[in-house]
Amino acid sequence: MTDNGDDAPLVRLENVNKHFGALHVLKDINLTVFRGEVLVVIGPSGGGKSTLCRTVNRLETIDGGQIVFDGQPLPDEGKGLARLRSEVGMVFQSFNLFAHKTILENVTLGPIKVRGQGREAAERRAMELLERVGIAAQAQKYPAQLSGGQQQRVAIARALAMEPKMILFDEPTSALDPEMVQEVLDVMVSLARDGMTMMVVTHEMGFARRAANRVVFMADGQIVEENTPDAFFGSPQTDRAKDFLSKILTH
Amino acid sequence: MDTSALFDFSPLVQELDKILLGFWATIRLTLTSAVIALVLGTILVAMRVAPTPVLRWAGAAYVNVVRNTPLTLVLILCALGLSDTMQLTFSGDPTTNYFWWAVAGLSVYTATFVCEALRSGINTVSMGQAEAARAIGLTFTQTLRLVVLPQAFRSVISPLGSILIALAKNTTIVIVASYLDAAAQMKQMFDDYGGTIPIFLGFAFGYMVLTLPTGFLFGWLAKRLAVAR
Repeated sequence: MTDNGDDAPLVRLENVNKHFGALHVLKDINLTVFRGEVLVVIGPSGGGKSTLCRTVNRLETIDGGQIVFDGQPLPDEGKGLARLRSEVGMVFQSFNLFAHKTILENVTLGPIKVRGQGREAAERRAMELLERVGIAAQAQKYPAQLSGGQQQRVAIARALAMEPKMILFDEPTSALDPEMVQEVLDVMVSLARDGMTMMVVTHEMGFARRAANRVVFMADGQIVEENTPDAFFGSPQTDRAKDFLSKILTH
Repeated sequence: MDTSALFDFSPLVQELDKILLGFWATIRLTLTSAVIALVLGTILVAMRVAPTPVLRWAGAAYVNVVRNTPLTLVLILCALGLSDTMQLTFSGDPTTNYFWWAVAGLSVYTATFVCEALRSGINTVSMGQAEAARAIGLTFTQTLRLVVLPQAFRSVISPLGSILIALAKNTTIVIVASYLDAAAQMKQMFDDYGGTIPIFLGFAFGYMVLTLPTGFLFGWLAKRLAVAR
């Protein structure tokens, strides 16, 4: 793993606050993601990890503070927001492949409709990406015909097809059968090796140790701890993190 | 008392050409209105789920006003109010003019039901589908057109079939809009021959010939086009 040389921030969250009704889910979040960095967000359920991840491409709006992507504040809506989203890939817990489209169409839809690429070029590129995630043979099938692990790898190919500046992973392996987790993590590790900027919300501590440049520990809507994986897993500083780690690492 | 006329099928045979013309009018009214209602209903549902409050409000207001107005009133408004009184005409030829006013009334009315069927179809499409579409940079309209509506349509094919059948039968009141269809022909025959059971049976059979296959066709389409989730 190469440590990222240039310290240019790609995403900066400044005093971000978010409420769901009376629930304060993000409390004064300050966080920077650097180019080429793999940032892993871990923490107990309901701690605001997914919400944090979803604010970066504005699938969740925020009530206070601001988010700067690539030097520009996130657009509120309209074409500007659509353009931003085309530059930020997203991989969901429940895959969300377009159910009425084939695997190949899932991957080419964005390049054709958003980027205006020709069908032939888009399909050629899509096949390369499907090859890379090991699904090329299933290109003409529909999502429901694939296993969860295969669907999630297609979802990664769909995100890559937009040639995004970063990819958000919102618990990408949480909905998978155990034997399919590894195939998805392998693809993610290879992306990390290639220098993709990634923000990964996950419960996979093995992945965090292997691929992360930095680990952020979130609980109760706050960033409680932020460190390198070795330092965080080796000697957590806060009681909240020690408690969390003792619960998940004892087995 | 001579009751034999009550069971005499011969008027149906004698007037067959007029009856068939009447049903041909029914078919043209139904198909033309169905196409327009489908387009209008799609536009309405897009308004009802739009992010702009004004559009949502306008869509909801339209649906609630028109859907709750009796179709007879809608058609009378079209033919007597807009066409005869206000002289808004589609054509100088009365038959053509009243045909299109009948189509207009049937379409704006049926569109509300198409809209509500589609809206329930949209509710069957998971939020994640729209989120994934937005996440690759599709705009609201693209998300609706490319991802949400195609799936919504396929999940409400059966109800759309029911709406089409209802539309076919609703054409029977276009006589109030001065246009003559199969039902108008039936009323004419009741006047000429008396209200006999054979005439009634003959016309009821004619409508079923149109609507029963429609039901079967849509049932088959619904199965065939279902999206596996």
